[in-house]
Amino acid sequence: MSLLDVIGPVMVGPSSSHTAGACRLALLARHTLGTAPVEARFTLHGSFAKTARGHGTDLALVAGALGYAPDDSRIARAFDEAAHLGLDFGFDRADLGDVHPNSVRIDLSAVPGGAVPGGGVPGGTGALRTVRLLGSSLGGGLVKVFAVDDFRLEFSGASPTLLVRHRDTPGVLARVTRVIADDDVNVGTLYCARRRKGGEAMMSVECDRAISQAAADYLLHLSAIGWLRQIPAVMSAASDGAHIASATAEASR
Amino acid sequence: MTLADLAAATVPASEAVLIDQGLAPDELEALLSGMRGRLAEMRDAIARGLVSDAKSRTGMVGWNAKTLWEAADDLQTPLLKRVQAYAMAVNEENARMGRIVAAPTAGSAGTVPGALIGVADHLGLADDALVRPLVLAAGIGEVISQTMFIAGSTGGCQAEIGSSAAMAAAAVTELLGGDAEASVHAAAMALMNTIGLVCDPVGGYVEVPCVSRNAFFAVHAVSSAQLALAGLRSVIPPDEVVQAMASVGRMLPPELRETGEGGIADTPTGRRIALELAR
Ligand code: SF4
Repeated sequence: MSLLDVIGPVMVGPSSSHTAGACRLALLARHTLGTAPVEARFTLHGSFAKTARGHGTDLALVAGALGYAPDDSRIARAFDEAAHLGLDFGFDRADLGDVHPNSVRIDLSAVPGGAVPGGGVPGGTGALRTVRLLGSSLGGGLVKVFAVDDFRLEFSGASPTLLVRHRDTPGVLARVTRVIADDDVNVGTLYCARRRKGGEAMMSVECDRAISQAAADYLLHLSAIGWLRQIPAVMSAASDGAHIASATAEASR
Repeated sequence: MTLADLAAATVPASEAVLIDQGLAPDELEALLSGMRGRLAEMRDAIARGLVSDAKSRTGMVGWNAKTLWEAADDLQTPLLKRVQAYAMAVNEENARMGRIVAAPTAGSAGTVPGALIGVADHLGLADDALVRPLVLAAGIGEVISQTMFIAGSTGGCQAEIGSSAAMAAAAVTELLGGDAEASVHAAAMALMNTIGLVCDPVGGYVEVPCVSRNAFFAVHAVSSAQLALAGLRSVIPPDEVVQAMASVGRMLPPELRETGEGGIADTPTGRRIALELAR
């Protein structure tokens, strides 16, 4: 945990776990979708389900889906903004199982009525038709995504994350990590999940910085890889961290 | 790093925190400038909160800081009044969905600025003097977070406002010239006397008791600093105090962890307000 995560983030109230964290999870879902959603459905679990309205969790989730960061003053009027921007949204409550008390399932759709999880993965880096993301708000505004389109993965939004849809084939992990290594990018975490042997698979790779366009192009050129997305860091303190990293890179040149 | 390591430092505790981070010079400058930015945001929230009486979403809070700030100081304790008003100003801004700095969380955002900036303004100290103490506050919070998640839903309010009071106590102690041992023990004494504090927000809103609780625990932090500066120490080693808090947090039933179903939230009036607000 960075010191600027402890005294921070700078955020719109009232709750770092229920407002800022919720906003970040929805923002990560929007980044994964890759475009502005027209529909958003939020399924709230545990404490999120019980006190969503009280903590402005509802407003924060909608704000994140609209692409607003946790310190954006427009969060307080996110419902009005959504109406204005044509985002249809709704809330459900459900028991999502043995997960952190502040958890939410986020279904975003880029097309009306298209909320079928995992439906329609385009090639390259195109926008998805829908995305389903499960995540938890851990406190202090820190978050953890633990599933994307029902693939069990894990990333925090604290550093740039590479999401890759691939076919489960021998050597695919080695190839991806080699390309990242050749790009001189350090890997923080790597999670990989598949529907079945030899079937559709997905990985999340948290990197210390985003990989270059050339590296991304090369990855897409591999036959086992169908789609990838570079998700930017969504933590304000981590963007301070990114600032530090780029300053360090410049200083060492 | 443990609190024992920190207390044993021969340099000011904030310096020991920075050394422990192992930052290159440019990273250090980025961190310090980040902290200066946080301080400016805290000041901004205090300034907005002291003059606003706009009600929160629920109407339960919104005028407390301004009312106190403009009231006569009957007790003739300007420090007390200032610390309380600053702390509530920040939390009322938070409750009306204004911009604040989580420290370490939003519900506890008023304690550190209330105590630290309140004391500094009382003594006429410049903001430059507050940057290092704020680093120490963050360092104390980081150490606590290694033992438990800092969230009311995980450990009750002791985890949120208890942590913020400990952070603030250490910061004020260093601001007033306390050495590393004094600062760390100020944190430990603040924490020790917050253990058991439950999270019981009425209706689930971070307003009642949260806004006044920040005022109380900002003062609590200043008290702790006063004891530590006079040479008083925690008999129980600071790290063990943190362990004790974590273990009490695990014993708390879910009703007392931010679900809005126990404590003050579970009073007849608390329940009635919650019902009215849920409509
Ligand atoms: S009572 Fe709960 S919501 Fe209120 S400040 Fe304490 S931990 Fe946060």
